[in-house]
Amino acid sequence: MRRKDLLMTILGVILCLTAIAAGQTRRFPPPDFQSGYEMPTTETPPPDADFYEYIAVAVLAAALGVGTYFIFVKRSRKYAWALMIFSLAFFGFWRMGCVCPIGATQNMAVSMFDPGYAVPITVLIIFLLPLALSLFHGRVFCGTVCPLGAIQDVVLLKPLSVPFWLESSLRLLGYLYLGLALVLAITGAGFIICQYDPFVSFFRLSGNFGVLAIGGAFLIMGVFIGRPYCRFLCPYGILLRQLSRLSKWKVKISPDECVKCRLCEDSCPFGAIRKPTGEASSEELAARKKILAVLILLFPFIVLAGGFGGSQISGLLSRSHHDVRLADRIYLEESGQVEGTTDESEAFRGTGESIESLYELSAEIQAEFSRGSWILGGFIGLVIGGTLIKHTIRRNSDEYLADAGDCLACGRCFEYCPRERLRLSKLQEDKQVLYG
Amino acid sequence: MAEKDSKDTSRRSFLHDGLWGISMAALGSLAGFAFSRTAKEKTVWQIDPYKCTCCGKCTTECVLALSAVKCVHVYAMCGYCELCTGYFDPDPHELDTGAENQLCPTGAIIRTFIEDPYYSYAIDEDLCNGCGKCVKGCNAFGNGSLFLQIRHNLCVNCNKCAIAAACPSQAIKKVPADEPYILKQVG
Repeated sequence: MRRKDLLMTILGVILCLTAIAAGQTRRFPPPDFQSGYEMPTTETPPPDADFYEYIAVAVLAAALGVGTYFIFVKRSRKYAWALMIFSLAFFGFWRMGCVCPIGATQNMAVSMFDPGYAVPITVLIIFLLPLALSLFHGRVFCGTVCPLGAIQDVVLLKPLSVPFWLESSLRLLGYLYLGLALVLAITGAGFIICQYDPFVSFFRLSGNFGVLAIGGAFLIMGVFIGRPYCRFLCPYGILLRQLSRLSKWKVKISPDECVKCRLCEDSCPFGAIRKPTGEASSEELAARKKILAVLILLFPFIVLAGGFGGSQISGLLSRSHHDVRLADRIYLEESGQVEGTTDESEAFRGTGESIESLYELSAEIQAEFSRGSWILGGFIGLVIGGTLIKHTIRRNSDEYLADAGDCLACGRCFEYCPRERLRLSKLQEDKQVLYG
Repeated sequence: MAEKDSKDTSRRSFLHDGLWGISMAALGSLAGFAFSRTAKEKTVWQIDPYKCTCCGKCTTECVLALSAVKCVHVYAMCGYCELCTGYFDPDPHELDTGAENQLCPTGAIIRTFIEDPYYSYAIDEDLCNGCGKCVKGCNAFGNGSLFLQIRHNLCVNCNKCAIAAACPSQAIKKVPADEPYILKQVG
């Protein structure tokens, strides 16, 4: 036992010396086998063929088409629900939720700014298809195809209504998340939408505790508040919301005319149904006009204030970048302010790169962050100003309408409408006449 | 009044149609621009073994319950040592396959006698968790024939590799799917 220790030490010293002498060259020559032993080759199992990704794209296109048919032609919650469950199984549990259009937003952003970065064609299509459809038929993707939406939809058992002001305010989080994700993706700090995707760990049936806890919290919240991630956080939902407001065809609660029976009033768990407004009094209009004028004057200042606010967190944001953190750490070590090293600083010193070039790189990245956080802050200011203006402008309507931006095209409200029931019973009658 | 209403509606619908057209054009040009930069071939994540410092994060950061990172062995580089510093604890009681002598926490290295004094070392990938302890040992005193690689029969090819995000030496990068491994070269 002692002898072996000594042997090991001597061997170690000799090996170290030879290693120093020989650099990284091979220390032990390959043996000359006499027994006819054949050296095995290293196995290199290949990745899945691209084929599966094209299948996923094809299924996405088909699901969007079928979903549009179910919501706009069939007007059936039952069919839409079945499609949603299929999507949950296929895109969620089978494809394990990755790549999804939500995360693809980041790939697209990087490819816009980094000429060396190539987006796979499948990711490009997955990103664009739901957006293009939203210009025609609204957020069919959200209601029937998105697996993240579906997993929240199935746990929604006791929907509570969220007050309009709270809903409008919480929605700002989504814009903030979108802006933050784009800034972090473009600067190369990381893909936070993927990193903090609350449901993907359920789809994979594995994940670290933090992400599982976030996902669990969203699902528990989702029992009472309809699709909290979709409504208040989803960055891709923001894009779909804006495009859907312009869509050619919108989801209509009533198949023909609204009879203002109020039956659908509480049917939407996502707060997307707008009541008829009636005519506004002239005093109200005058007051609104005044507020609007003030808001329009204030608008540039809100944007500037946002930008300034953003610029204040630039330093904090830039610490999410690996190289900036590394430069900080190396600086602390070099100046003797901390003892010891980290895995990162050791790995850096192992590469033999100069510390000056690391500091330069870090300064460059921080400059990018400083620009990015001005833009991010300005964007948030723009959204806040825009939201205030939007709520000041009065839109007259004399019927119950699904708000084109908020409506997730789930089809829940249809069956509440008596005109819809009439339509269905007429269809039934026609069928009886035709087929006896 | 009715005239004013219809004017309002037509102005609104004009605005609406205009915005719709602009959005369509924006989406189209985004598609065109991104298309000009699309990758023709699929890419996958891989570890550059020359950058890897075997910090052990591969074991814990992978989104899979058992990491897709495994130790691989380039046999042509191996010295077939009896005292393998990738296999044995730095202070082994005996040079045999007893668990107390092994460096590998999961016993994933299979040691087989070939001929005097040579032994072969193979990785049982079902047991390997990609911790890289053996890689460190092999690099320190051996030929460096053991190293970590992402195994593509296991990797789910996340949009952003969770290990890459945590890797202290930024050793994980995208490589073309038709050359999905970075094997160490003899020499």
